[in-house]
Amino acid sequence: MRYLIRRVLNAMLLLAAISAFSFALLQWAPGDFFDAMRLNPRVSSQTVEGLRSKYGMNQTLPVRYGHWAFSVLKGDMGFSFSYNSPVGPLLWARARNTLLLTSIATLLAWLLAIPLGIWSAANKGRWGDRACGFSTSALLTIPDLLVFLVLLLLAVRTGWFPTGGMISTGFDNFTFWSKCKDVAVHFALPAVGLTVVTLPVLVRHIRSAMVEALESPFIRAARGHGIPRTRLLFRYALPAASNPLISLLGFSVATMLSASVIVEVIMSWPGLGPLMVQAILSRDVYVVVGVVMLSSVFLVAGNLLADVLLFVSDPRIRVE
Amino acid sequence: MKNRHKLWGALVLLAGLHGLVLFAGFFAPYGSAAQERELPFAPPTRIHFVDARGKFHVRPFVYGLKDDARIPGAFAADSTQVYPVHFFVQGSSYKIAGMFPSRLHFFGVSAPGRIFLLGSDGYGREQFTRFLYGGQISLAAGLIAAALSVLLGVIVGALAGFYGGWIDEVLMRGGELFLALPWLYLLFAVRAALPLHVAEWQVFLLLIAVIGLVGWARPARLIRGVVLSAKERNFVVAARAFGASDAYLLRRHVLPQTYGVILTQVALLVPQYVLAEVTLTFLGLGVGEPMPSWGSLLASLQQYYVLSSYWWMFLPAALLIPVFLAYYMAADALQERLKTVPL
Repeated sequence: MRYLIRRVLNAMLLLAAISAFSFALLQWAPGDFFDAMRLNPRVSSQTVEGLRSKYGMNQTLPVRYGHWAFSVLKGDMGFSFSYNSPVGPLLWARARNTLLLTSIATLLAWLLAIPLGIWSAANKGRWGDRACGFSTSALLTIPDLLVFLVLLLLAVRTGWFPTGGMISTGFDNFTFWSKCKDVAVHFALPAVGLTVVTLPVLVRHIRSAMVEALESPFIRAARGHGIPRTRLLFRYALPAASNPLISLLGFSVATMLSASVIVEVIMSWPGLGPLMVQAILSRDVYVVVGVVMLSSVFLVAGNLLADVLLFVSDPRIRVE
Repeated sequence: MKNRHKLWGALVLLAGLHGLVLFAGFFAPYGSAAQERELPFAPPTRIHFVDARGKFHVRPFVYGLKDDARIPGAFAADSTQVYPVHFFVQGSSYKIAGMFPSRLHFFGVSAPGRIFLLGSDGYGREQFTRFLYGGQISLAAGLIAAALSVLLGVIVGALAGFYGGWIDEVLMRGGELFLALPWLYLLFAVRAALPLHVAEWQVFLLLIAVIGLVGWARPARLIRGVVLSAKERNFVVAARAFGASDAYLLRRHVLPQTYGVILTQVALLVPQYVLAEVTLTFLGLGVGEPMPSWGSLLASLQQYYVLSSYWWMFLPAALLIPVFLAYYMAADALQERLKTVPL
């Protein structure tokens, strides 16, 4: 239990540090949202200054950070200038979509990677394993952008999938069943894209972990006892290989989130990615800070989840 | 033995690709900004050896372009206009490696004819030319940024590993901060902190700085690990007992043991950083037109009509694959050879 509490405390501290760091970084940035207004001859400089002081932009950094931290606690997370509303509600809707996409893609990628990795490790050195290794290395060298663009091209050319967005027009009038179907159809391309770009790394790690487990003496002993192959692989070798894989799950959240930004922009999925790019271009500072914070919350949560899973699965950590 | 082949193969491929990009002026048939406004989105020019009457020519030739009768706005080959391909021709002037002016091009066709090896973009600019010149920006960004972040990583990792104690604690906690953010988001955050509208070369420098500064944590961590074990080696302890200073120990005994990790990290980071540049520029946050970079070559694919009608606009992206392949192969071979950290 001490272990878990320590992990949670560590995660909290880390998040606090990230918030201070990203806030300071972005406040230190030259220029702000009102710069564009200054160029407009019809807006007087008094108006701009008035707006700046209204939003507290002429106060010192610690004071602003304090205000912002307070508004985070209220759930507002600051104020978006270009949307003229608190950042919080904007973020929640977008974060839900990103989470939906990345979690389904993660699930898909792992469901594919585990059997592939195990199969590859079980046939180590044979042609199946070689083909698997070759195709994962080939996939690794293809830039993510190209994968997404080719998928989009496929959608445009064949018309099998919608080319962007998350729902069709008139979504509100659909029955529950057709609503689900509509979202699922929109899901297909971005989810497949994310799965394809994260799959090779997963397969390689699972394979190497399994190969290591299969070479250990207890597996040889079990094989000598005549335990069937499937049981050997799944009941004996997989749990022994699971430790590094659980840590990998935590790390894979980070890759997934980064890849998700690109896929969201290319396929206009209404997630955090497009919001972030827009916010950077319009200098909407609090939205940027909000998205950065949220993404690191996801990442830290992923790592924490991995820690909890390790705690459950590995008795050595529990005893410690 | 096999490993050596792999490393050499990767190095030869890398040298070839970098040579092509470095001497872009020589290998590209046109200048980086040369436009042919009359021929937007012309398909890749086919190079022929056999003419319309079935006669074989030793010297390859290309056909001129005419409007396609079936598809408005598209171009088709016109077999009545024949332009032979010449090698080592005089063309537009450029500077060899940015210094010596020259007009010599590896290949080209005579004046009214155009050779679009990878097709042309919306302004009628030859894409192979743009790819080579774009590589100068993108590869330079990747290489310098990788050097920067590995340099930072070496400094931080060596200090943290060599001195330990609170220095180690502070530096590695700082690194954890960088590792705890998804790197693309972190990249965006740092990019957001920098001015949007500045001169092109400034954007280029900013981009390098951003990418390089964001990525130091992972090499730092790896190098710290190597330094930690290296400083316990007997010959290092012996040198210390003979009264060697810290600086001497680091320079002469500890850092040479990290070279393997450093090389592997550079080989891994360069493609990652090239991709970072491509991604940022693709999203409109990197170097912009008219400066060609691999990211801006892909950016036009964001428009649906380009994406769906002109397949050759994908070719520059496909050409990125051999570049990445060469780097990953080199990293892989180095890793096997040096038995350092897992990928």
